[in-house]
Amino acid sequence: MNWQLIIFWILAVIALLCAIGVVTSRNPINSVLFLIMTFFAIAGHYLLLNAQFLAVVHIIVYAGAIMVLFLFVIMLMNMNAETEPQKSQLVRFAGVISGGILLIVVLAALKKADPALMSGKSSDIGLISNLGQVLFHEFIVPFELSSVLFLSAMVGAVLIGKKN
Amino acid sequence: MPISNYIFLSLALFCIGVMGVLIRRNAIIIFMCIELMLNAVNLMLVAFSKFHHDASAQVFVFFIMVVAAAEVSVGLAIIVMVYRQLHSVDVGVMNRLKH
Repeated sequence: MNWQLIIFWILAVIALLCAIGVVTSRNPINSVLFLIMTFFAIAGHYLLLNAQFLAVVHIIVYAGAIMVLFLFVIMLMNMNAETEPQKSQLVRFAGVISGGILLIVVLAALKKADPALMSGKSSDIGLISNLGQVLFHEFIVPFELSSVLFLSAMVGAVLIGKKN
Repeated sequence: MPISNYIFLSLALFCIGVMGVLIRRNAIIIFMCIELMLNAVNLMLVAFSKFHHDASAQVFVFFIMVVAAAEVSVGLAIIVMVYRQLHSVDVGVMNRLKH
């Protein structure tokens, strides 16, 4: 068992346990903290896959910006475990069963697939210079369009959020 | 390392997100489970990017992050507005279209 596989299993167990914690915890603040832990584990996976730039951007964007936004909204609404709405036991059971059936179906479909090996050697396609070359040569139009998307999202958020 | 490890991990994360959307009633938690599903897909794309030695998949992941950030800002604004109107984020209360 080489060290990559050991780190993979550690990070995978952390990610899965924290993801289950997001779904099951009663307090929304705990859900947000579990989700941040999941995001850090996924960033570790990105580092393991030689995607250094994406790992840094993932931590900055998700753990730094998006989850802080979630925390602020939850604290503004003053939510806690007592105000948490609960679904009935039957609906919860049905949800778990249908999600598990989805997992089993796709798992069974992919189980027979050829387990091709990824090359263990490190590559430099995840570095920022290489990604920048691809981004500004092949994907320049989507890049500019995403700036328009951000502008419209900003205007929309202000327009929706303001008191009338 | 076989690539099937990453496929099964991201599949499990995606299905946990689906279960969360199905069994929770708090709109913010449902939103967070959608983020979890997006991240499962991102992880799969990065694994395939390494598998094929192609940087395009990582650029796709970058764009998915951009769209997720825009989506979160607008979605949280909508949730705050709904909370201001109904004083609740329970998705069972948001049934004005039915009446």
